[in-house]
Amino acid sequence: MRKILIIGATSAIAESTARRFAARGDALFLVARNQVRLQAIADDLKVRGAPRAAIATLDVTDFAAHSAVIEQAERELGGLDVALIAHGTLSDQNECQSSVDTLRREFDINAISTMSLLTELANRFAARKQGTLAVISSVAGDRGRQSNYVYGSAKAAVTAFASGLRQRLAKVNVDVLTIEPGFVDTPMTAAIPDKGALWVQPTRVAAGIVDAIDKRRSVVYLPWFWRYIMFVIRHIPEPIFKKLKL
Amino acid sequence: MPVGTSWGRYPPVAAQAVVPLRWRDAQLPTLESYMLAYGNGRSYGDSCTNAGGTLLHTRGLDRFIAFDPSTGVLRCEAGVLFSEIIDLIVPKGWFLPVTPGTKFITVGGAIANDVHGKNHHRAGTFGEYVRRFELLRSDGARIECSPDENAPLFRATVGGLGLTGVITWAEFALQPISNPWMAIENRRFGDLREFLQLSAESERDFAYTVAWVDCAAPATALGRGVFMRANHTPADTCSGPAAPRRRLTMPFTPPLSLINTASLRAFNALYFHRRRPQNEIGHYDSYFYPLDAIGDWNRIYGPRGFLQYQCLVPMADAQNSMAALLDEIRRSGSGSFLAVLKVFGDRRAAGILSFARAGATLALDFPNHGQTTLDLLERLDDVVCAAGGAVYPAKDARLKRARFERYFPNWTAMLPHLDPRFSSGWWRRVMEQ
Repeated sequence: MRKILIIGATSAIAESTARRFAARGDALFLVARNQVRLQAIADDLKVRGAPRAAIATLDVTDFAAHSAVIEQAERELGGLDVALIAHGTLSDQNECQSSVDTLRREFDINAISTMSLLTELANRFAARKQGTLAVISSVAGDRGRQSNYVYGSAKAAVTAFASGLRQRLAKVNVDVLTIEPGFVDTPMTAAIPDKGALWVQPTRVAAGIVDAIDKRRSVVYLPWFWRYIMFVIRHIPEPIFKKLKL
Repeated sequence: MPVGTSWGRYPPVAAQAVVPLRWRDAQLPTLESYMLAYGNGRSYGDSCTNAGGTLLHTRGLDRFIAFDPSTGVLRCEAGVLFSEIIDLIVPKGWFLPVTPGTKFITVGGAIANDVHGKNHHRAGTFGEYVRRFELLRSDGARIECSPDENAPLFRATVGGLGLTGVITWAEFALQPISNPWMAIENRRFGDLREFLQLSAESERDFAYTVAWVDCAAPATALGRGVFMRANHTPADTCSGPAAPRRRLTMPFTPPLSLINTASLRAFNALYFHRRRPQNEIGHYDSYFYPLDAIGDWNRIYGPRGFLQYQCLVPMADAQNSMAALLDEIRRSGSGSFLAVLKVFGDRRAAGILSFARAGATLALDFPNHGQTTLDLLERLDDVVCAAGGAVYPAKDARLKRARFERYFPNWTAMLPHLDPRFSSGWWRRVMEQ
């Protein structure tokens, strides 16, 4: 039995991942904004085999509350083995272009709050010299594109932050996993019409996350083919890239 | 299958919007058009489609709520599949109280169609095990219904084909089992008289009875088939076959139906004469869900789809009515590999529109050959109607109002309970709206 904290636990990918942990008998501490929905998920996870599924509400932009929530998780579960950070919003690019307030809010949610939580967790995990910090970034962070560069640059910050943290914590036996999902059919992406062949269900991404944690991987693209798609996109020369509408 | 299609893929459906439901505490969307809950799309005809309207896709409501392994009472959201329930409960010594021939149906669908299975003669329908559910209505009301509380709405919703609102969660009782295996007996029969006799003598000692009937047999062998009866194996059985391995999937839709008169005769003759043990131990999965082993098997009927026909005739004249039905089917040269016969028990129906009632039931598929097929089903209906029987709405794609009213004489009791913002292709058809 491992002790697992999930932040953003009502997201479809997080919920699907939590079911896999529950089926293996892991104890869970779930954090999100909506208490009723957290409770619905916690009840489900207990039926599926989780010996514990405790909940706490948190708005991740309430930075002052981060430390207390993590402490509560450690207290309730008696320590932590894995933390999965899964919260996020798919920013409206047009709105971010016309409002700096929106831009800053999106950065607070998708980048600063994530880095703040990782900082808190890293210091605790480093002291214990064990555990895994898993964070959901995005392929959108691999190169800024006109269609979603605000979301993409926030995720780029998370990816770079996690990379540095991984190097630092490797010395004290703590794993840091960067998860880069591609297109996932979830409520967050429900507004996008005409989902093509590259789209996958959250269950598939969840299986990849659990597997990557088990195998102590560093960076995982989900599904795997995104590693190659993004390799190509990263290497398109700027003169050509500027003419494209990605 | 894409969300919004029915399993028979007939009739074809005009555009309909799909709204996914994910949280049971959420309100229904405010819509101009008619709504209808859509689970996993295993209804055959148009009872799960809503042309010009909106489908509320319930598969996102897939959470368990509570399970008591000491009493076998399970509460879960309405979009949970029977397959997901089985995976959870079988290792804990429980099984579904009633299950149809596929496990890929949602709990909400099981209630809305008041499904039956091979144990109807003893256990009745799924609706009889439902202790409580929450119905979410288009006006925002959440109504908890049980056989004692809001009982009229309970009886309108069980078997009510989704016309009373959306079921968000349900609580029902499971049956205890000792292990995952079934003790099965196979007996060949030469005609319908023998079938009815076997059925009568098996009812007391066997929890599950069903028969395969050769619907392509020559007139001289009309009504021949194989009777299969089974019980869950007792506690002292400690080994048996493993669950069937990875399932196959029909990878594409062939341009024409692969089921035709020639393939049908050949398969059925082979199946009838196949050597099979008189007694065997089987895994529950291959016993209850043989067709689930082939993903998307409905594609075998080609792009025009198929019509499933399930009817019931009263016991008094069952032998003659069933013979008349089989004779019509034989002469048509149409029909399916898996024609199923079963005698139901005499029980009080759980819902106003529940199909299962005392009598003998026959179920089979017909590849869609347009008017020829519709004419054949009309002739079958003539026999069923004259016998005072009924046709199963979950499988129906062509019934007209006059026949519906004959088959469900209490249907007007539904009217006060219908949600004014809910409707389905099936309902508008049988109401001739």
